[in-house]
Amino acid sequence: MNAGHASIYFSLSAAAAGILFGLGLALSGMADPQRVLGFLDVFGSFDPTLIFVLGGAVGVTALAFPIVLRGQQPLLAERFDLPIESTADKQVLIGSAIFGIGWGLAGYCPGPALVGLGAWTTETLYFVPAMLVGALIHRAIMRR
Amino acid sequence: MHPWLAGLIGGCMIGAAASLLLWSNGRIAGVSGILNGVLLPQRGDVRWRILFLAGLIVAGGSYLWLVPQALSVRQEFPLGLLLLAGVLVGFGARMANGCTSGHGVCGLGRWSRRSLAAVMTFMATAMFTVFLVRHL
Repeated sequence: MNAGHASIYFSLSAAAAGILFGLGLALSGMADPQRVLGFLDVFGSFDPTLIFVLGGAVGVTALAFPIVLRGQQPLLAERFDLPIESTADKQVLIGSAIFGIGWGLAGYCPGPALVGLGAWTTETLYFVPAMLVGALIHRAIMRR
Repeated sequence: MHPWLAGLIGGCMIGAAASLLLWSNGRIAGVSGILNGVLLPQRGDVRWRILFLAGLIVAGGSYLWLVPQALSVRQEFPLGLLLLAGVLVGFGARMANGCTSGHGVCGLGRWSRRSLAAVMTFMATAMFTVFLVRHL
């Protein structure tokens, strides 16, 4: 790997981003599965809070990402490591559909589930290992 | 603080965190993708992931711990449903190559059409699932 990865600053800025991300998830209400399910319950007791969360998050990235990507390279690495842009393929659509069913069942997606694990909530002590199992099942199927 | 304001501020913090990671490290702040790189480690590409996740878990977890009203109590959620949901979320996020953060926060920020399709798809199936569970 490139020299940037050896840099202590590369690790520290990743930690700082993680801290800010985790605090944002916790403060926003996104880490509360009941609030998430309230947002998804568009035909019932709809809770619009998550519109503000997603609006705020995407508002910032939609402004900042194009400015950041205009630069030649990141501050602490040789290049931007971005997924190759393509049109939506079957994998993305089917995977997202499956992901959404799981998200709608319990109200947890990966980030908030990890934040819940940090608070040692009973539900995430079960959900997070199950989520890792799901990722490993996908890996096992892909290897065949 | 009004929950909508907390949501907006928290959301902006999430967006700022993703922007910081892209600006300094050149990486996409997709939680399932970062986690996957720890689960299936590649040499020289693990430490930053562990530190990002540790920061997220410890800081976010501490907030929930210190501010109890940040989490509403849900009694006796069925264990089987929780495990099934976890497997579906873990599997689906890998198959889709991204979750709420990777496709939602970062993908939409890059104006990616693939991510927009992903977000619309998982929003639709999640809303439909909640409809089935709560209203049928």
